[in-house]
Amino acid sequence: MAEKVLMKGNEAIAEAAIRAGCRHYFGYPITPQTEIAAYMAKKMPKIGGVFLQAESEIASINMVYGAAATGMRVMTSSSSPGISLKTEGLSYIAGSDVPALVVNVQRGGPGLGGIQPSQSDYFQATKGGGHGDYRMIVLAPASVQEMASLTIKGFNLADKYRMTSMILADGTIGQMMEPISFEDAEIETYEKPWALTGHGNARKHNIVNSLYLQPDALERTNFERYEKYAAIEENEPMWEEYMMEDAEICVVAFGIASRVAKNAVVAARAEGIKVGLIRPITLWPFPTKALRKAADQCKRFISVELNMGQMIEDVRLATECKRPVSLCHRAGGMIPSPEQVLESIRKAQKGE
Amino acid sequence: MAVVFEKPKALTDVPLHYCPGCPHGIIHRLVAEAIDELGIEGQTIGVAPVGCAVMAYDYFACDMIEAPHGRAPAVATGIKRCRPENVVFTYQGDGDLASIGMAETVHSAARNENITVIFVNNAIYGMTGGQMAPTSLPGQVTQTSPYGRDVKHCGWPIRVSEMLSTLEGPEFIARVAVNNVKNVKNAKKAIKKAFENQIQGKGFSLVEVVSACPTNWGMTPQKALEWVESDMLPYYPIGVYKDRSAAKEEK
Amino acid sequence: MKTTQILIAGFGGQGVLFAGKFLAYKAMNENKNLSWLPSYGPEMRGGTANCSVVISDMPVGSPIITTPDVLIAMNLPSLTKFVDTVAPGGKIIIDSTLIDAKVERTDVEVFYIPATQMAKDAGFATLSNMILLGKAMAACDAVSFDNLKETFETFIPAKKAGLIDMNCQALKLGYDFT
Repeated sequence: MAEKVLMKGNEAIAEAAIRAGCRHYFGYPITPQTEIAAYMAKKMPKIGGVFLQAESEIASINMVYGAAATGMRVMTSSSSPGISLKTEGLSYIAGSDVPALVVNVQRGGPGLGGIQPSQSDYFQATKGGGHGDYRMIVLAPASVQEMASLTIKGFNLADKYRMTSMILADGTIGQMMEPISFEDAEIETYEKPWALTGHGNARKHNIVNSLYLQPDALERTNFERYEKYAAIEENEPMWEEYMMEDAEICVVAFGIASRVAKNAVVAARAEGIKVGLIRPITLWPFPTKALRKAADQCKRFISVELNMGQMIEDVRLATECKRPVSLCHRAGGMIPSPEQVLESIRKAQKGE
Repeated sequence: MAVVFEKPKALTDVPLHYCPGCPHGIIHRLVAEAIDELGIEGQTIGVAPVGCAVMAYDYFACDMIEAPHGRAPAVATGIKRCRPENVVFTYQGDGDLASIGMAETVHSAARNENITVIFVNNAIYGMTGGQMAPTSLPGQVTQTSPYGRDVKHCGWPIRVSEMLSTLEGPEFIARVAVNNVKNVKNAKKAIKKAFENQIQGKGFSLVEVVSACPTNWGMTPQKALEWVESDMLPYYPIGVYKDRSAAKEEK
Repeated sequence: MKTTQILIAGFGGQGVLFAGKFLAYKAMNENKNLSWLPSYGPEMRGGTANCSVVISDMPVGSPIITTPDVLIAMNLPSLTKFVDTVAPGGKIIIDSTLIDAKVERTDVEVFYIPATQMAKDAGFATLSNMILLGKAMAACDAVSFDNLKETFETFIPAKKAGLIDMNCQALKLGYDFT
């Protein structure tokens, strides 16, 4: 059995990043993700890495952009208001096709919002946030173990597809401790001939750039990028199915909401209700096929979220509106109780 | 036949897009000559700004990246921290460096980030068609100050070199101009020194180049250069504002 | 299949998180599944602080405790806030030095223990948290009461190892209290 250590979710991200070969972290303080920066500040100087506290979130994402352009594994982390500031850089990183890992330990919004856990940046993460046509691979950990394993996966995918992987966590998963193991981590490496390393008088100069003043050239880059996105949608969706074999009601939830929903599913099963859970692990690409299949089997869907109802739109799209989808949610830093979710399941059972 | 004049190797063969009479061509050439003379093209990574020089990535023959508006020093920081053995420079205008990117400028200077910053100050936003810049002079007529810059309404132009030289961090801060042969020669020396400082690990070196924008100033190139002398340089005096190593040697 | 939800609540600075941490490491060393979740944010500075520890034979579902099986109340506001949430048949451990109030519910088992006074008398005034935790460990069998020292050694840095014996004594004082 792999040796287990007890870690906070935020620390697990930092340790996993280091194990994935990340030696450059640029960030700016914000609650509730500061443990990541603190961990990096302590560890990086001891392993020949760089931790740098930037003057702003804007500066830190642009340091990430520059570092990513050199081909190094690099990351930043923040929480919701800070991610808003980083979206300019995220758009440039997408337009320049360089790989990076960005962590959003979400808190309630909009505006300064609060510091308690939230999932209200789902739209921002999965639909853009910054300007232009682009996507990010969005990974939603539901445990401290996944904070670590999806961080490593995120680096691998970012390098594979030359784009941003975002860890979309929340304050609860960031702050909680669970025993985890690092031993199964698979670190992939990719050639990066496009990287800025100095041409050494041995090749033509490399240019990392997102400016195309000729519209036909810009259009071409968009179409090429979307071919890549289509391959990701085909190959990379990840999800977990729980008690779905005979389920007539399907609860859909990610991150901390899925943990609460699991309790409710167990409780509902004890009442004889045939209910299961689909937990998207990648929010983009969304596990559309799994949902579409479930739509043939289940009569109703319930989307459980810590926001005003964002993922529910993707659930409806994925199920092609074949079945009713209801929303069970809290917002602003509140978390639905298992009882609230159970009540939604009971209602769904009655066809409400 | 002896070659007495040729294009620096560190410039590509791509024709520059700059307006007739624009000193950007001169400043590009000075940077490229410095790179050639120091033999560092193969290890240099340049950062282009947003503004007139946005397409500098096509003109410099070294590896290049194009940064978001004002963020070039942050992008350069990311590169330099990953590849300290490379030479990293930014090439930025006044809107980019002294307005939207002032935080990045000040903090990279404060960190004494070991990079070279070429700051082209022509007192106007050129690329977008001649709006008021953070360095536009009092009374200067621009598209967004059509009655002349009113300092009571929109404040005073910022003397970047003077301001940065008050910081403990940076190694070298100098202001030069490219309005006559003598000044161009001195500009070249300062730019080369700013690269040498980086190679020697001395830290943040910024050269502010007082330049001209004949197109958006509404002047002939000749008149624009005269205006640099008569109006710009009195407000932005040429000089070395900070040179830590030289100051140490004097002691 | 057994799951125990333990909520420790008090003022910031009373060692709420530390007590929870010990419990978490104890459970991990026994190869149990667990989650440890603190309240976080500015309320930690002298305001109320609480810590939720779920220990289970199964993978832990929600780490958020809405109906604790065990409540350790280290001040009155915490008792007032959480007393009605405790599951029927649950246990409430109360620091009776700091809390005068009595629990009126009859469907829970309540232990009044003058932990703050006991800690002062024993010469480790700051360890009332561990005395209360010792009592909680006696009151429920989520984890066993052995290998205490080894558990502390898992997470206490060597330079603070001198504090381990006192912590073990405090746990034992609580465990043996009747």
